[in-house]
Amino acid sequence: MAFLTNLINGLSLGSVYAIIALGYTMVYGIAKMLNFAHGDVIMVGAYIAYITMSSLGLPSFVAIIFAMIVCTVLGIVIERLAYKPLRQATSLAVLITAIGVSYFLQNAALLIFGSAPVSFRSVVKIPALKLFGGELIVTGESMVTVIACIIIMIALTIFTKKSKMGKAMRAVSEDKGAAELMGINVNVTISATFAIGSALAAIAGVLLCSAYPVLMPTTGSMPGIKAFTAAVFGGIGSIPGAMVGGLLLGVIETFSKFYISTELSDAIVFAVLIIVLLVKPTGILGKKISEKV
Amino acid sequence: MKKLLAILLAACLVFAFAGCGEKTSGDAIKLGGIGPISGAAAVYGQAVQRGAEIAVEEINALDGLKFEFKMQDDEHDAEKSVNAYNSLKDWGMQILVGSVTTQPCIAVSTESNADNIFELTPSASSTDVLGGQPDADGNVTIQRKNNVFQMCFTDPNQGIASAQYIFDQKLGEKIGVIYNSADAYSKGIYQKFMSKAKELGLNVVAEEAFASDDNADFNAQLTAIKAKGADLIFMPIYYTPASLILAQAAQMQYDVDFFGVDGLDGLLGVEGFDTKLAEGVMLLTPFTADAEDEKTQNFVKKYKEKYGEVPNQFAADAYDCVYAIYEACKAQNVTADMSASDICDKLVEQFTKADFKVDGLTGNGMTWSNTGEVSKSPKGMKIENGVYVGL
Repeated sequence: MAFLTNLINGLSLGSVYAIIALGYTMVYGIAKMLNFAHGDVIMVGAYIAYITMSSLGLPSFVAIIFAMIVCTVLGIVIERLAYKPLRQATSLAVLITAIGVSYFLQNAALLIFGSAPVSFRSVVKIPALKLFGGELIVTGESMVTVIACIIIMIALTIFTKKSKMGKAMRAVSEDKGAAELMGINVNVTISATFAIGSALAAIAGVLLCSAYPVLMPTTGSMPGIKAFTAAVFGGIGSIPGAMVGGLLLGVIETFSKFYISTELSDAIVFAVLIIVLLVKPTGILGKKISEKV
Repeated sequence: MKKLLAILLAACLVFAFAGCGEKTSGDAIKLGGIGPISGAAAVYGQAVQRGAEIAVEEINALDGLKFEFKMQDDEHDAEKSVNAYNSLKDWGMQILVGSVTTQPCIAVSTESNADNIFELTPSASSTDVLGGQPDADGNVTIQRKNNVFQMCFTDPNQGIASAQYIFDQKLGEKIGVIYNSADAYSKGIYQKFMSKAKELGLNVVAEEAFASDDNADFNAQLTAIKAKGADLIFMPIYYTPASLILAQAAQMQYDVDFFGVDGLDGLLGVEGFDTKLAEGVMLLTPFTADAEDEKTQNFVKKYKEKYGEVPNQFAADAYDCVYAIYEACKAQNVTADMSASDICDKLVEQFTKADFKVDGLTGNGMTWSNTGEVSKSPKGMKIENGVYVGL
């Protein structure tokens, strides 16, 4: 029964990673940049939700929607101010800027919200599910997180396959120049990608803090790095890859904590990543793109 | 515009240099304090600052010795703590109350030892703070820092006392332990607890570690402990991870008792924390705010009036620190014009005297040994309806 419990815990943790990883992977796929500030957008989303619920006393679904709106605007603003002027710059310059934005968000949060951790009240009101006569307990948070992850995944796939904006995104990710010649507004497409990624980050932030209820300005950084790992693991640029990578990472982490060592779990997670990348450099579901000469 | 800027800058310089000349001004002894005023352990530092301020205020209202107290933030970070120490030294600190948390205090006590500045820590409980104690293999790796004394119990004492208390009160049939293997404080208590538990024949069924202050997911540890059927979990950790453990145990509907040490103090002060989660949590601490004696009542009343909350043991330890220093200064005729090093020699002599006894909030007739450890007895406490109640 411990096996099942851990599997569920792992899937729940992995679902959070997967939702965050979607933001990394979409931005990478379309803008070909690593947005390291993504993890900190999660933290901002969680703080907005926290303030809406505890200070303004509004119900949790309002808090989630409000957090999504704020994060969407934040994502677009970050893109416009920090990344757009660097569209033609080297990838290294963009990477450093992204790290700068990450630190900016963390320190701004430190100034505004203070560094003392706050305790986040769970937004999930569903009671835990008892199975096998109370032997196996599935928490409400786990169920909501996993279901949210699946819904987001399906919705995003349909969006990129069917909608006009989704098609534009795929076109931009294939070839930015050609897409522009076909009449696609590349700037709007990239902004839309950031908007969607940041809205997902807000959801991830609320779910993360509901399951692990301590919130401080650095809350987003470690899950951000893990989710980035998950995105690389699954094949960066691939939406199903982010999902597979996130879930696998969560399960591996939880199992290695339980069966091997709680202290070495992170080392094991990253060792697995290295092995996967050695065997399959593009990640599990990553496409191999041959360089055009 | 440029001219104005130049004048302003020049004025700044004048003030900056003026600051240097102040080292021996005034007739008050300069007490420095270091602790986390912000960050994940902020509750501790804030409590120490407030406790010390109340004591300084009381002492300054009396005739005779005067103190001037200045607290610096270290965010529970060793490097920042040493920076804070250096800036206090620039200010002209003569006696140090701090650092509040263990890891930073180990770093700072090495510095203060080199400078020969008297250091009394309210709450850094590792023996590495004091030095001179043999490790598990019997080797003394850190030499005794003669200028350093503790107001709190040492980690080994906390571990041993916890095991003894659980055994005496029969609090648990099967015991699980969660500790932070990356933290000297947590690991120190854990090791002593385990050896004492073995000696007493306590049934410890699971020992689970986590390796980072940032760890947020305790499901794996709790699942493992639950699978072994533990009915009591011993948590020698700080309150931030403890609040996560309590929340996750509640999420998985694991009905178990929790027992902690002084690091758990501050749990109820976390913003937004659902105090129902902490219901029934037990901890070992030298101070109870609901004690009946006049001294405690007086202190709690003042603290509540000034800061609007019930003081925890960190505040009480800090209050006692200032009074212990005050008593020792009086006995040795220490004055504000003495150098920090001379004061240090006199205070060390006084603290190690067999007849030097201090009555404080955290114990009556407290004495110190050559090793720097304090001798006093712990009390068990339980959280009931959101307040600490003596067991």
